[in-house]
Amino acid sequence: MKSNGLVSIGDYTKEDILRILDLAAQFEKNPNTKLLEGKVIATLFFEPSTRTRLSFETAVNRLGGRVIGFSDAATSSSSKGETLKDTIKMVSNYVDLIVMRHPVEGAARYASEVASVPVINAGDGANQHPTQTMLDLYSIKKTQGRLDNLIISMVGDLKYGRTVHSLLMAMRYFNPTYHFVSPPELRIPEQYKLFCDENKISYDELEDINSVLPVSDILYMTRVQQERFTDLIEYEKVRNTYTLRNSMLDVTKDNLRILHPLPRITEIADDVDENPKAYYFEQARNGVFARQAVICSTLGLV
Amino acid sequence: MKASHTELIVRALENGTVIDHIPADKLFKVVWLLHLDNLPNQITIGNNLESKKIICKGIIKISDKFFEHQELDKIALIAPTAKINIIKNYEVVEKIDLSLPNEVTEILQCVNPMCITNKENGITTRFHIVDKAKGTVKCHYCERIINQEDLILK
Repeated sequence: MKSNGLVSIGDYTKEDILRILDLAAQFEKNPNTKLLEGKVIATLFFEPSTRTRLSFETAVNRLGGRVIGFSDAATSSSSKGETLKDTIKMVSNYVDLIVMRHPVEGAARYASEVASVPVINAGDGANQHPTQTMLDLYSIKKTQGRLDNLIISMVGDLKYGRTVHSLLMAMRYFNPTYHFVSPPELRIPEQYKLFCDENKISYDELEDINSVLPVSDILYMTRVQQERFTDLIEYEKVRNTYTLRNSMLDVTKDNLRILHPLPRITEIADDVDENPKAYYFEQARNGVFARQAVICSTLGLV
Repeated sequence: MKASHTELIVRALENGTVIDHIPADKLFKVVWLLHLDNLPNQITIGNNLESKKIICKGIIKISDKFFEHQELDKIALIAPTAKINIIKNYEVVEKIDLSLPNEVTEILQCVNPMCITNKENGITTRFHIVDKAKGTVKCHYCERIINQEDLILK
């Protein structure tokens, strides 16, 4: 009987989340163990994602496991027209666990149903990227000492930002208050506002970042992508409005930390990097520990 | 004597199914999704009739036809107020209240063109019903929430 893997952040209960975060803390203290010795893990990246793939592969290597896989669909048999089902069935024969990134939404759920080994979703199109959410939660807990009752401001592309949507949903257990700061064309979709209403989460929508700066515990920045705009002049305007600069941080609380799923372009100015409130590079480092925790938990090794 | 007139229509069926209390604007959608246009059976369709429950209702009577649960689920998705009467030997032998199950398989197609079910052949579609009253569903695979008016029935 295979365990279920992790396809969607919704697969995890509150208890699962807290258990994984505790595990991640243990891996941070002691990242190099032999828990995966003798195991082979596949990293199947049907679309390139250097950061996520390296993070997963580092996690496996530090646990003493081995990795097979590909980093681009062009080098896999799907370029010859093989179905996802056949690729997954084939790889299932070789490995103990599949980590998969795929551009098509729902691909991870489908793969988990046809695979004979557990599947961890490393991103399926615009849908889910649950290990990103786990590392975001870990970063929040680590920097704030808690997950409960925090004021979280989400800034930038709240319409297409998949990490925003998953984090917003995962935090429902912890009584957050949200400020959604975005240009009008990239507002948080209706379904997530409905989600907040149903879960009695208070939120507001703003266009100006300045009013949320003094009250926030977490500033979750996202990339505003040029391809979301038809009018390039509008894009330039929005891009400048939503750039966080070091001088803007003077009014913020001492415990404020700035998160960003990376890569960033211009939404955080370089001069913020040296500010102790900048946390995005440590956040990426936390990704290794969070993924170690998810992998070991999925394989029932901890 | 409007009531007895409606009764008379129902009674006129010897064996078969009566789908009653269909909202008038959904009647032809029901006809279409049950593929009644290709059915050789005797069919009577009435629309814009007066009803106590809904102002304008439609009714469909089909001789010698009894629907499978999947077909009933289709009706429940787009016309949840409809009532199904099973007629045998001129008598109503069973009344079925349509109720949506917690999930439906096969009968819907995902509206998301980037969903795996629209990209790879041979996947059985599966949707979780998130709001039975509104008919809102969620794709099991891509997790897209779909409102009733946007549903694509196969």
